[in-house]
Amino acid sequence: MNGIVNVLLFMVSCVFTNNFIFSKFLGCCPFLGVSNKVETAASMGLAVTFVMTIASLFSYMVYHWILVPLGLTFMETIAFILVIAALVQFVEMFLKKASPSLYGALGIYLPLITTNCAVLGVATLNVSEGYNLFYSVLNGAFSAIGFLVAIVLMAGVRERLEGSKIPECMKGFPISLVTAGLMAMAFMGFSGLV
Amino acid sequence: MTILYAGVVLGALGVLFGLVLTYAGKKFHVEVDERIELVKNCLGGANCGACGYAGCDQFAKVVVEGKEKPSKCVPAGEKGIKEMAKIMGIEDTAPEKMIARVLCGGIHGIAKERYHYDGYKSCAVAAGIAGGPKECMYSCIGLGDCMDHCAFNAISMVDGVAHVDEDKCRACGTCVAACPRGAIQLLPASQSVIVTCRNKDVAKFARAVCMNACIGCGRCKKECAYGAIEVIDGYAHIDPVKCTRCGACAEVCPCKCIVDLIKQSVGAMERV
Repeated sequence: MNGIVNVLLFMVSCVFTNNFIFSKFLGCCPFLGVSNKVETAASMGLAVTFVMTIASLFSYMVYHWILVPLGLTFMETIAFILVIAALVQFVEMFLKKASPSLYGALGIYLPLITTNCAVLGVATLNVSEGYNLFYSVLNGAFSAIGFLVAIVLMAGVRERLEGSKIPECMKGFPISLVTAGLMAMAFMGFSGLV
Repeated sequence: MTILYAGVVLGALGVLFGLVLTYAGKKFHVEVDERIELVKNCLGGANCGACGYAGCDQFAKVVVEGKEKPSKCVPAGEKGIKEMAKIMGIEDTAPEKMIARVLCGGIHGIAKERYHYDGYKSCAVAAGIAGGPKECMYSCIGLGDCMDHCAFNAISMVDGVAHVDEDKCRACGTCVAACPRGAIQLLPASQSVIVTCRNKDVAKFARAVCMNACIGCGRCKKECAYGAIEVIDGYAHIDPVKCTRCGACAEVCPCKCIVDLIKQSVGAMERV
C-alpha cells in the first residue's frame, strides 16, 4: 500500500511540483515556439511524451548496463545524445509505416525533439537522482506529461491573447514571456504539495 | 586505456544503432510512387499555392493520381509542364506565358503625395488611412505587399512603385491577389506595349494627382492603325489580340503612360 502511494506521489510531483518547464526551465524553446495553437501544442506535447518515455528506458539501459560496468560514466552526455537521436529516427520510421495519420499530425515536430533539451535533461536527471529502471521510466513519462500540460495551458492563454488589446510594445514575445513567468510563479504554489 | 574503451564503446553503439536503423528502414519502408518525386522536381518549387493546393508536395501527389492537370502549375513554365505530361504519359499544353505587370507609373515626384506615410509597412494598412499616401486612388502604394508575397523574389520597389523582374516572374498571381489596389495584372509576356495607368477620373482630376496619369484623350486610339485601342472608363485599353506591338501609340501619348518595353530596354542599353 505504501509503495502505491509513493508511486502516485512521485507521479504528481513529476507533473506539477517538478514541472520541467516551470521549475526546471528545460524545453523552453518548443514551449515558446510551438504554443501558438492548442492543437499543434498538444501534438508536440504528445510527441515529446512518447520520445521521453522511451528515451528514459533506453538511456537507463545504456548507462547502467554498458557505461557503468566499463567505468565510462563520464561519457553519459554524448552517449545519451546518440541514443536519443537514433530513437527519434526510429520512432519516425515506425510511425510513418504504422500510423501515417499520426505521422502527418506530428510532422516536423518529431525531428525537432532530437534537439529538445528536456529529453536529454530527463535522461541525465534519472542518472543523477539515482532512480531505478521503473522510476526512470515513470519519471520520463510523467515529466513529459508535465510538459504537455504546460504547453497546452500556454497555448490556451496565447490563443486568448491573440484577440485581446495589448500595448504595442508588449505584443508577441514580450507578453508570452511575461505569461510564462506568471505561470511559473503559479506552479510554485504546488511546491508544498509533495 | 580508458580513452580506447570510450572510443570503442561509442563506435560500437553508433554502429549498432546504425544497423538497427538500416534494418528498420528496410522493414518499415513505405512504398511511394516514384513519379511523385519526378513530378515534384518539375514544379515551381516555391510552395506559392497558386494551384489551390497546400504546397508543391500535395500538388505533385494529385497530378500523379490523375486528379489535376500539370498545366495548373503556372510557375512550372512550358518546359516543366511538358516534362510532367511526359512523365504521366498524357497530353497537356502550357497556357500562354504570362507576366505580372504593374499598371502604375506614379513614381516619386510624378505622383502627388497626399501625406507622408510613416507607419507599418503594408499597402493594405496605408490604403485604409485617408485613401492612401498618394493622391491617386488607383496607384501603386509602393510599400511592398506584393514583394512580401512573391515566392520568387521577382518584385522590388523602385522609386515608390513595384517593379517586376521579367526573368524571375513565374506568373503565379499571388501578387495580383496581394495588391489592395488591384494595380498588378497578369498580361501575356509577348505584350510589350502596356498602358501603365488605371486612373478612371476625368482628365482634369487625373492630371492633378499624377503627371503620368492617363487622361483618356484618345490620341493613341487615333494613332493605332489596327484598331487595338479603346478608351474605356477614362483610360486606354490595348487589345492584345489586335495589337501588333508596333509602339506607335507609346510615341504619341502625351502623358507617357503607354510604355513600349522593347524600346525602353533598347534605350536603356544604348545609354549604358
